[in-house]
Amino acid sequence: MTPKLTRRRFIKSVIFFGAAASSGAGFYLASAAAQRPAGGVERLVSLNVNGRTRRVDVMPQETLAHTLRYKLGLTGTKLGCNRGECGACTVTVDDVTNYACSTLTHSVKGRQVVTVEGLRAADGTLHAVQQAFIDELSPQCGFCTPGQIMSAVALLKTNPRPTREEARQALSGNLCRCGAYDHYLNGVMRASGQLS
Amino acid sequence: MTYKHIGKNFTPPDIEAKVTGAARYAEDFKREGMVFARLLTSPLPAGRIVNIDYSEALAMEGVVGILTTEDLPQPAPPANPSLASDIITYIGQPILAVAAVTEEIAENAIEKIRIDFERRPFVVDPLDTLVEGGPNPYPTGNTLVRNAADAAAGTTASGTDVGEVKWSRDAINAFRAGQVPEGAPFPEEWAFGDIDAEFAQCTTIVEEPFVTIGQPHHALEPRTGMAYWENGRCYFHGSLQSHTIAVAPLAGMLGIDPANLVFINENTGGGFGGKIFPYPTMAVTGHLARKLNRPVQLRITREEEFYIGSARSGMQGRMKLGLKSNGDVGAVDVIIVGDAGSGGGASNSSAAEHISLMLQPAAMRFRGVTLYTNTTPRGAQRGPGQNEMAAVLAPIFDKAIRQANLDRMAVRRQNAPVSEDLIGPRRGALTSAFFPQAIQMGADMFNWDERQARSGQRNGNKVTGIGLGMGYHSAGASGYDGLCRIGTDGRLYLHTGVGNLGTYSYASVVRTAAEVLKVDWNNCEIVRGNTDLHLPYSTYQAGSNTMFTEVRTNFVAAQDALRKLKEIAAADLGGAADDYDIDGARVFLTSNPDQGMTYAEAAQRAVAMGGEYSGETFPDDLNDVTKRSVQGLAGTGLIGVAKDTRHSGTVPSMTIGFMEIELDLGTGKYDIVDYTAVADCGTIIHPLGFRQSMNGGGVWGVGLSGYERHVYDPQNGLSANVGLYQAKIPTYLDVPLTNNTAGLNIADPQSPMGSRGVGEPSQGCAAAALSSAISDALGGHLFNRAPVTPDMIINHVAQLDHFNTGDLKTNTF
Repeated sequence: MTPKLTRRRFIKSVIFFGAAASSGAGFYLASAAAQRPAGGVERLVSLNVNGRTRRVDVMPQETLAHTLRYKLGLTGTKLGCNRGECGACTVTVDDVTNYACSTLTHSVKGRQVVTVEGLRAADGTLHAVQQAFIDELSPQCGFCTPGQIMSAVALLKTNPRPTREEARQALSGNLCRCGAYDHYLNGVMRASGQLS
Repeated sequence: MTYKHIGKNFTPPDIEAKVTGAARYAEDFKREGMVFARLLTSPLPAGRIVNIDYSEALAMEGVVGILTTEDLPQPAPPANPSLASDIITYIGQPILAVAAVTEEIAENAIEKIRIDFERRPFVVDPLDTLVEGGPNPYPTGNTLVRNAADAAAGTTASGTDVGEVKWSRDAINAFRAGQVPEGAPFPEEWAFGDIDAEFAQCTTIVEEPFVTIGQPHHALEPRTGMAYWENGRCYFHGSLQSHTIAVAPLAGMLGIDPANLVFINENTGGGFGGKIFPYPTMAVTGHLARKLNRPVQLRITREEEFYIGSARSGMQGRMKLGLKSNGDVGAVDVIIVGDAGSGGGASNSSAAEHISLMLQPAAMRFRGVTLYTNTTPRGAQRGPGQNEMAAVLAPIFDKAIRQANLDRMAVRRQNAPVSEDLIGPRRGALTSAFFPQAIQMGADMFNWDERQARSGQRNGNKVTGIGLGMGYHSAGASGYDGLCRIGTDGRLYLHTGVGNLGTYSYASVVRTAAEVLKVDWNNCEIVRGNTDLHLPYSTYQAGSNTMFTEVRTNFVAAQDALRKLKEIAAADLGGAADDYDIDGARVFLTSNPDQGMTYAEAAQRAVAMGGEYSGETFPDDLNDVTKRSVQGLAGTGLIGVAKDTRHSGTVPSMTIGFMEIELDLGTGKYDIVDYTAVADCGTIIHPLGFRQSMNGGGVWGVGLSGYERHVYDPQNGLSANVGLYQAKIPTYLDVPLTNNTAGLNIADPQSPMGSRGVGEPSQGCAAAALSSAISDALGGHLFNRAPVTPDMIINHVAQLDHFNTGDLKTNTF
């Protein structure tokens, strides 16, 4: 079984790869990697994102958020702080929520990464959480919404009928500056069939 | 009145994109050949640049250009410059921008730039510059001077200047000690009524100092922008609360005709007052793109947001408040020293105006001073002035009421404004007000009498506090343009230049036109977010004003379309226009509904008839933005367009909040057991949107009174807050599990649909209710400040109050 990503594991990975991830800036083009220490890391990796295998040129110190946004075009994953504080970049890795800004892309090789773009069914039907968030007018500005959704999806996977208190604990790593917490919780309760 | 759309929930058209990740914000746009810019910012709080050497940076592989004040000259203070060199006034102030093919290269290039600085003395606490002999934040002074006459004569650029105001050391010492600063000059002052005579009639008088502290705006989307130029036009992807009203000022920043600016901004990840109008870094993005002739993205980091992202102004003040024996507020005398930061604005008079409306004193005097400091520029933040005043006023008002042995809710209700009451120094009229009814409604929902009886009850270490507070903001403007179009396909196209800051008010207000024209919502399409889509000149999206202001514009545009529909029908089918009515997307003879035409047919006839019917001609009084849009739409359907007239009076949006907390005396932490809020904000246009504004404002209120503060190191001028964890905003765990909100739902007569906004006061009432509840839990103790943090509470419990108050510190701990 693949171990869960933890802060300790993330830091160890950074040290192993020989370069610290920037907290303040992004690294967009693979050409820049030519200037970086090699670090013995395979650059071209296969990632499973939203059920599809994607071959991506990944720098050693590259975070998952940057790979998703700037190499795979999955801009639904937002960068609110880029330092593991706000939760706007939340994705699931093997059904567990992760801050993509604080996850090295190389550490998710061979694992199932799901972003907000991967929740819709093949026929276009929205995920129950997405539909419930629409029904409850959960998002305001919407910038934190993808992260809120991913946390809610992960919660319902392990706890299909959470209490409101359990839901707020599960989503408490996702900040919403608009203050739409009440509406997001309503959305979770609706998605779990406890609010009609 | 029975409405088809007004007062009904609907699905805003942009919400699906928000839940699927398809919604695109400024940083999500890319362009072929795009390069990335990073800012070099000041490490000093005050000084000037003696020399810059960027030759090594410019020579680096991948670096494509640098923008400095040689390209973008620094304007005279107090204007907030895009780039600074001669007059640096805060740490984090942008000095230059480097563009490179990657952000990493741009950052590495910045490391290669050598700058020689000359330091100047600096100041972070407004009272430290106000005192005689204290350092000034600018070389020429410490306060704003308005030179309107000079500006009109063309002798100054902006009509503002930096001047100097000083108080004697005795006055400063007295003020810090909570006393009146005798003999001190006040550049700002207003009064009404006979204040001495009214105080003489008061049987209860309280005199208290107070202090509030600045707060970062913390919009989750940083103020990133991307710009490129094609054929002399600038295409700008930005993050603003407002849209078409921002075109002229942004074009001005870029030195181009507004007609040559395409501003694209479909989604904005929060603004809260910090993104109402274009901000200085937008000029950097646009000018750099033009200089390089390449698309440029300037991404702003979370840390940079703390320096350049604007913040609420802090206040240092003193209040004397008198109650008459019957509970009427007799007089209020308030002094406010406001912190404008570096080149921003304070909110002193707005704070005082809150008191004048909500307490309706028979007499009042306000005296104020606005001071600059070497801290982040201050700007409007959700209910600027009114909301921080609400937070500190509530416990002081409670103290007076307790001393008079009266009921806190009853006294508020007794003094609360009604339609005939007046506001502020000019004793201006209100469009309407029914606030006593809102207070009573809230008290009934909260079960005030029963809850109040629990005040002070102990349960182990925990004690119950019951609080209440009032929020107010002027929530409406007028005189903007409305534009709608009935297409030849029969659909109603609702054009709006309102920004999309997340409240869905852009969509709520255009439903007014659908209501007037009786069009089903699924036959409507909102056109917005890109000025090339032909949008009208709309209001700034701030200050709770959209729901009033833009209901009016959409109403007049729809009325224009309605007139044209009837005239077209009469011209084709006979009779007079007044003989016709509309319904079901048809215009028909009232006496014979079978005789008529569909909207699609009417739009086709409008195109054939031309003139005003299809937008080939239009009213002269429209804004140029609207005129260009109508010209762009001419010949595409039936055009409804009009400029709104002016309303009269202040549009008061008011809220009352009630809160029960359980405060742990061992930790200083508290749980909010219940929060109930009621608004007097006119007709509720969009019930879910209303709830969202009330609840979101409630969360903000908890932040204002309980958590958020922007503090600086007084020795070096460094901000102590450069991360969200250092300037904590409320999380899921800091707010109630559920909220109870309601609206009085009484129509305002000057809105065609009766609406007023509610976004600002919804914060003020929650902030006030929390500070009132904390005070109540501690037996009426006054902290006289916002925020009140758990460390302050446990210091008080340990009888260490000297750690909490005494010298009106703001910007520092």
